Amino acid sequence: MAIAVEISAARRRSRAVSETLWVKGLLTALGVAILGLFLLLPLATVFGEAFSKGADAYFAALVDDDALAAIRLTLLVAVIAVPLNVVFGAVASWCIAKFDFRAKSLLITLIDIPFSVSPVISGLIYVLLFGLQGWFGPWLRDHDIKLIFAVPGIVLATVFVTFPFVARELIPLMESQGTEEEEAAVVLGASGWRIFWTVTVPNIKWGLLYGVLLCNARAMGEFGAVSVVSGHVRGVTNTMPLHVEILYNEYNYMAAFAVASLLALLALVTLAAKALLVWRFSREIAADARQ
Amino acid sequence: MTATKSSVIPGFGPTLGYTLFYLGLIVLIPLAALFFRAAGMGWEQFVQAAFAPRVLAAYRLSFGGALLAAMINVVAGLLVAWVLVRYDFPGRKFFDAIVDLPFALPTAVAGIALTAIYAPNGWVGQFLKPLGIKVAFTPLGVVVAMVFIGLPFVVRTVQPVLQDLEVEHEEVAVSLGAGRWQIFRMIILPAVFPALVTGFALAFARALGEYGSVIFIAGNMPGVSEIAPLLIVTKLEQYDYAGATAIAVVMLVASFILLLVINTLQKWHSNRLGAV
Repeated sequence: MAIAVEISAARRRSRAVSETLWVKGLLTALGVAILGLFLLLPLATVFGEAFSKGADAYFAALVDDDALAAIRLTLLVAVIAVPLNVVFGAVASWCIAKFDFRAKSLLITLIDIPFSVSPVISGLIYVLLFGLQGWFGPWLRDHDIKLIFAVPGIVLATVFVTFPFVARELIPLMESQGTEEEEAAVVLGASGWRIFWTVTVPNIKWGLLYGVLLCNARAMGEFGAVSVVSGHVRGVTNTMPLHVEILYNEYNYMAAFAVASLLALLALVTLAAKALLVWRFSREIAADARQ
Repeated sequence: MTATKSSVIPGFGPTLGYTLFYLGLIVLIPLAALFFRAAGMGWEQFVQAAFAPRVLAAYRLSFGGALLAAMINVVAGLLVAWVLVRYDFPGRKFFDAIVDLPFALPTAVAGIALTAIYAPNGWVGQFLKPLGIKVAFTPLGVVVAMVFIGLPFVVRTVQPVLQDLEVEHEEVAVSLGAGRWQIFRMIILPAVFPALVTGFALAFARALGEYGSVIFIAGNMPGVSEIAPLLIVTKLEQYDYAGATAIAVVMLVASFILLLVINTLQKWHSNRLGAV
């Protein structure tokens, strides 16, 4: 949100173009009620249920072996998937923002595709390729390689669902910055690699960080796609969201919410960091409504 | 492909090459494999799998629920955006930041939290129970989860348009004797309309494919509260790959059509934004 907006619209409006006090109050109360009921209440429920049996039970649920294994796997998957998509995002946005070529808007649309695909289908496509009945299934089995119902499949599905995050953030940002600084660097004799690191990266660093935050939150929280390819082996192929599901289906609600509270905490940290970045560096971020 | 405008900046070939390679490897080839698989089924088998009675009921719930949720989101989203942009109240910044929660909160977490709230003994469910309203484990629960997941799309699309509205238009209207409601209907609503439609389409598309936040609260009764994405998972678990593929193709085609519609809408919306 632009800083200009912070000069609250409410205050600079004359009475003629604003609502009467009670209409204002009623609408504000309704808006806050909607946000409270639909957003804050679920959040409060997560923490409320997680601590429903006290702090000791809460921490016991978190240091459970299966829970720890799920946390480790979630971190591992994010550590692999996020950098892959950061490299792709930087390369794709360089190509799209610094050059003009035909079919550019088609390429942008194609990059966006994973956002419009149901998470379940995102997992299914890899099962159809690499599962036992899949195209490469028999070959993989003969060579003793297991992708589906194993960690590589989880990483693949996560890479798919988080694919556009960084690129989507960087493309409009780099487009708005134009090419003049890079062209000047070329004239001064810098190599492409050096231009990228010393000219482009300093210009896009906050936007990049913003994209990484969103990408990471989704990578750690992805459920549908990962659920299809994981096979749900406790302690082996269970990520945190999948572990939450298993505990919940076993009626172990308190433990399910305890693990869920870590994910909710991650979401809160992400939102706070996001708000901070938008507030501090709004002009250096191409914050987009669509995620 | 070559750059149409000659550029002195190096790296066009390698970056385009890598972009296309990675895009093809991760997204395009796997998606194409889904369509090839469906094509290999033969028409009759495809129709049988994709349009069986249980599957049709799932489409009805997914499309109908997403439609209803997106309509609720348009009203709720416009109201929230309006309040956040135009009024000053304690905690406004906090509420503004929290709007994005459904984007950041993992869907499984949202799913179990919503279920706990709307279950018959839950925080909200216990008050609805005496009224005879059951939310959790019914199609109504599906809609509640879809409203949760879609709300930020409408708010975040409408917000910038409301912010950019020039107060002068309204002042002129006032000087010409227009009332507040008339101004809203005749000046503000037409201006935010493209954004509202875009937000509606985005929320609808997201709700259509949503899985994690819905399955916990839905109850998942075949033919009643079973969404299409869940049916894909169920078929997969029964090793009915053909059945899963057929449903996935129908849902994917619907998503692609929506993607096209959304892209067109966004052009309309940004043209309008430029014109104001």
